[in-house]
Amino acid sequence: MSSQEIPEETLPAGQDTAHGAVKVADDPFADPGLPPHKPRIQDIDERAARRSERAVAFMFVLSMLATVGFIASYVIFPVDKIVYIWPFGRVSALNFALGWTLGLALFFIGAGAVHWARTLMSDVEVADERHPIEASPETKAKVMSDFAAGAAESGMGRRKLIRNTMFGALSLVPLSGLVLLRDMGPLPEKKLRTTMWAKGLQLINMNTHEPLRPEDVAVGSLTFAMPEGLSEHDHHFQVEIAKAALMIVRIQPEDIKDKRELEWSHEGIVAFSKICTHVGCPISLYEQQTHHVLCPCHQSTFDLSDGARVIFGPAGHALPQLRIGVNDKGFLEALGDFDEPVGPAFWERG
Amino acid sequence: MKKLSARRRHPLAAVVVLLLALAATGGLYAAFAPAGTAKADETAQSLAIEEGKKLYSVGCASCHGTGGQGTTDGPSLVGVGSASVDFQVGTGRMPAQQPGAQVPKKKVIYSQAEIDQLAAYVASLGSGPITPTEGQYDTAGANIGRGGELFRNNCAQCHNFTGEGGALTYGKYAPSLEGVSPKHLYEAMQTGPQNMPSFPDTTMPEKEKKDIIAYVQAVNSDKADNPGGLKLGGLGPVSEGLFAWIFGLGALIAVAIWVAAHTAKAKKS
Repeated sequence: MSSQEIPEETLPAGQDTAHGAVKVADDPFADPGLPPHKPRIQDIDERAARRSERAVAFMFVLSMLATVGFIASYVIFPVDKIVYIWPFGRVSALNFALGWTLGLALFFIGAGAVHWARTLMSDVEVADERHPIEASPETKAKVMSDFAAGAAESGMGRRKLIRNTMFGALSLVPLSGLVLLRDMGPLPEKKLRTTMWAKGLQLINMNTHEPLRPEDVAVGSLTFAMPEGLSEHDHHFQVEIAKAALMIVRIQPEDIKDKRELEWSHEGIVAFSKICTHVGCPISLYEQQTHHVLCPCHQSTFDLSDGARVIFGPAGHALPQLRIGVNDKGFLEALGDFDEPVGPAFWERG
Repeated sequence: MKKLSARRRHPLAAVVVLLLALAATGGLYAAFAPAGTAKADETAQSLAIEEGKKLYSVGCASCHGTGGQGTTDGPSLVGVGSASVDFQVGTGRMPAQQPGAQVPKKKVIYSQAEIDQLAAYVASLGSGPITPTEGQYDTAGANIGRGGELFRNNCAQCHNFTGEGGALTYGKYAPSLEGVSPKHLYEAMQTGPQNMPSFPDTTMPEKEKKDIIAYVQAVNSDKADNPGGLKLGGLGPVSEGLFAWIFGLGALIAVAIWVAAHTAKAKKS
């Protein structure tokens, strides 16, 4: 079909077909406007609308029943009742019932609201034209002249003493709030640098709460110790054990590469701080064949046969070692506190 | 005394003396009889050692040496005790399939009788932890709460707080404790297999081991209660959060898209 056969009215206005050049229409992307509104079945059929109404009400009623079920389950089920429910296994009847009833109660409120909005609320499209929000030039000029007049009348520029003292007063006021932050707790003082360990304190096995003897600690075993005089019922137990926690292992003395470590040990029994020097996680993932200790938080790895030197990970320095010996009763005892702060390395050692 | 002395030449005196002598011999024999049964036990024991040695020569000697002295491929077995053998062979870890960071648990290929013979032979090489008897690891009357405290203090750093296991360095790992028998749990604590440190009776008495076994069985077995419903691997808040973000939020997005994609118009366009 040649171009001559196209009926005149279907061609865009003013198109010069003879020269083959396409003349662009005034606005090729003209706003087509809103599509014609199409009704829903509920808009046409009153019975369908009533069905929808009943469906929405039904969902809201289900939600109410679920809430009643929630309250009833709370009253009925004892907290330790366990039931078998496939595929979840042996679950707590109370948790299971509370979870499902509250979930259904919330779900049916949402489902009812969505169904209501989609089928019954008006869905006629409404257009709101946008307008510029800028103020008129006259209004802007008026605001600027008012501000200049106000500034001149207040004398801010002229009376510099008032202006400067006012700035001083305003900037000092927040300091009072800053000072109150001091009430957040006592200053740490030396507490972070020292632990409870002291010369002569026996090493107490944290499992049995009995003092440890050297012969109790076998090569390849792992034991945790706390200082003599500390009890798990003490008010300050957590504060003290967080610093004093000790990890006891026994390494064949000929396998210990670090001279100081051997000196500070008792026949190969070495005592290291259990607190990682990175950010202070309890660290005791001990591999008895490699003598490596791994921190579960960031994978810092320490070699307990070489002065607990860091061999991998972000920790900054070796685990502090506690110097131990045996007292005249044959029990292991500390020969002093750690010689450096335990735990994170972010404050300078000193 | 006089009466007795007067009758010493009685015709029946010899018979009485003979009877007394026989009774004394019998009594003495009865008194020393346990020595006889012990001897019988010893024979059974040496028979087990003999049989164990044969099994050892076939299945273990290539790595651990002909006399258990160890080679470059396997450690010495002198002094590891029967409990180690019962654990390593009884859980299928030994004989090892291939060298590697860690020898995994696999199908057990020896019968319990053969394991006992192997254990008897290895125990004869040097004294070490003895295979526990049922009374030692029976959890009746154990304190599960105390076991939980001990587990979190001694075991949870590697095995996770409910015994799900976890990673260690360079490919090594702490295995899951799910389905491990009480005997093997006990032996692992006593002997410290592979890179696990040991927890001997001197620092962790038998009663505390029982408490720990009772705790592991209470939180990580088929019969363990799971009050929260889906366990999601028991790996803690990270896996639970991941599940909520991916599946919880994912379901909400899917529902929102479904609602928006379905028109309520009477005439579908």
